[in-house]
Amino acid sequence: MLLVDVEKRLGDFAIAAKFEAADGATALFGPSGAGKTSIVNMIAGLIRPDRGRIVSAGETLFDSATGQDEPAHLRRFGYVFQDGRLFPHMSVAANLDYGRRMRGLPRDAAELGRIVDLLDIGHLLKRRPGKLSGGERQRVAIGRALLMRPELLLLDEPLASLDAARKREILPYLLRLRDEMAVPMIYVSHHPGELRRIATTIVRVEAGRVTGIGGPELLATEDADAL
Amino acid sequence: MFDLTPDEWVAVHLSLRIAVVATLVALPFGIAMAWLLARKEFWGKTLLDGIVHLPLVLPPVVTGYLLLISFGRRGFIGSFLAEQLGVVFSFRWTGAALACGVMGFPLLVRAIRLSIEAIDRKLEDAASTLGANRAFVFLTVTLPLSVPGIIAGMVLCFAKALGEFGATITFVSNIPGETQTISAAIYTYTQIPSGDAAAGRLVIVAIVISLIALVASEWLARYAGTRLHGE
Repeated sequence: MLLVDVEKRLGDFAIAAKFEAADGATALFGPSGAGKTSIVNMIAGLIRPDRGRIVSAGETLFDSATGQDEPAHLRRFGYVFQDGRLFPHMSVAANLDYGRRMRGLPRDAAELGRIVDLLDIGHLLKRRPGKLSGGERQRVAIGRALLMRPELLLLDEPLASLDAARKREILPYLLRLRDEMAVPMIYVSHHPGELRRIATTIVRVEAGRVTGIGGPELLATEDADAL
Repeated sequence: MFDLTPDEWVAVHLSLRIAVVATLVALPFGIAMAWLLARKEFWGKTLLDGIVHLPLVLPPVVTGYLLLISFGRRGFIGSFLAEQLGVVFSFRWTGAALACGVMGFPLLVRAIRLSIEAIDRKLEDAASTLGANRAFVFLTVTLPLSVPGIIAGMVLCFAKALGEFGATITFVSNIPGETQTISAAIYTYTQIPSGDAAAGRLVIVAIVISLIALVASEWLARYAGTRLHGE
C-alpha cells in the first residue's frame, strides 16, 4: 500500500495530488503535461515535494511536517523510465545486475534466470544498449528495475517510445509481471487502450490534480488508439 | 638516437618527468574541480571558475611570480610546507612540476567539465533509483562516461606542461639538471654562439614527443569510445 499526498509548484504549474495505491497496477491516467511524471518522480525521490506525505507499506518516506525525506537510493522503488535510460557503457548483463550490486544484495542466479526468461532477453546479455532495438531496450529496463527487488514498480509511459508492433510485443510481459511476480505497480500512461489491459485501479490526473479514482469507466471511451 | 649529449638527455628526461608528474598530480584535483563546476551551484562559483582559469589568461611570468611569493621558501605556503612536511618547491624540479601543473590545470578542468556536462543527468537519476548513493553514482556512471574528456584533458595538460616556460623559469629558474626543461634548455642554447646544433636537436625531440602524445591520445580516445559504447 502506497499513500501519496503531495503538493509541488513548478513555475506556473501546480501539482496537488492525493491517492492510495493498493496491490495490482494503479494507473496514473491523463493528458500529456498533466503532471503525471512529476508525481512519479516525487514518489521515487527525484523531486522533493513542497508539502505533503509519501508512505510506503507503513514506512514514511517523505513528510514535510517532520522534515523526513528518504533519499532516492534508499527508497527501493524500481523505476522504468519512458526512455529506458540504460547505462551505455555497460553490457546488458551489467545493467541488469546494477541494482543488486548497489544494494549489496547476494547473487541469485535463479531469480536472474526467471526474469531473463520472463522478458526473453537471454540472447542480449553480452550486448551494449546502443545495439538494442526500442522494444529490447525497454524489456531490459524492466528487467533492471525488477532485479533490484523493488517493493513497487514505477512505470512511466514504458511503451510510449515504441511503435504499435513493439507495444504488442511488450504488453504481455507487463501482464505476466503483474500476475506472476505480483509486484505492485504505478503505471503512467495517457493511452486508454493500454490501461484497459493492464490497470486494476485508475487515478485520473488533469492539470496537476486528481479528478477521479475508480475503475476502467474513468478511461475515455472515444480513444482511437486501442492496442 | 638523435645523438644527444648527456646534458641534453638530462633536460629531456627532466621535462618528461615534470610533465608526467604535473599531469598525474593535477588529475584528481582537476576531476573534483570539473565535477564541482559542472554539477553544483554554490555561492562564489563564478569567482572560483575565474581563479581556475586565471593561469590561462595571465602572463605566465605573472603566474610564476605569484607562485614564487606564495610557494617560495619565504612564501606563506612554501615556508609552511617546508617546515611542517619538508616539501620544498623553490629551485627544485618539484617546483617546476607545480608551475606546469598550475598552468595546465585550466585546460584539464575545461575538458573534463565539458565531458561531465554532456552526460545525461537522467542516467545519474536512474542510478540513484537503483540504489546507488552519490559516491557510487559518480564512480559507476559519471566518471566512466567522462573518460574521453579526462583523456583529452590529460593530453592538453601534458602538452602545456611540456611546453611551459615563463612560469617555470620565473618560479624555479633555469638550473641544468634540476629545473632546466627542454624549453629552457633550447632557450639557453640559442643564447650562446655555438648552441645552434644542440637547440636543433632538442627542437626535434620536442616535436617527436608532442607527436607521440597526440597519436597516443587519439588511440586512447578511440579505445575508450569503443569501450564506452560497444563495437
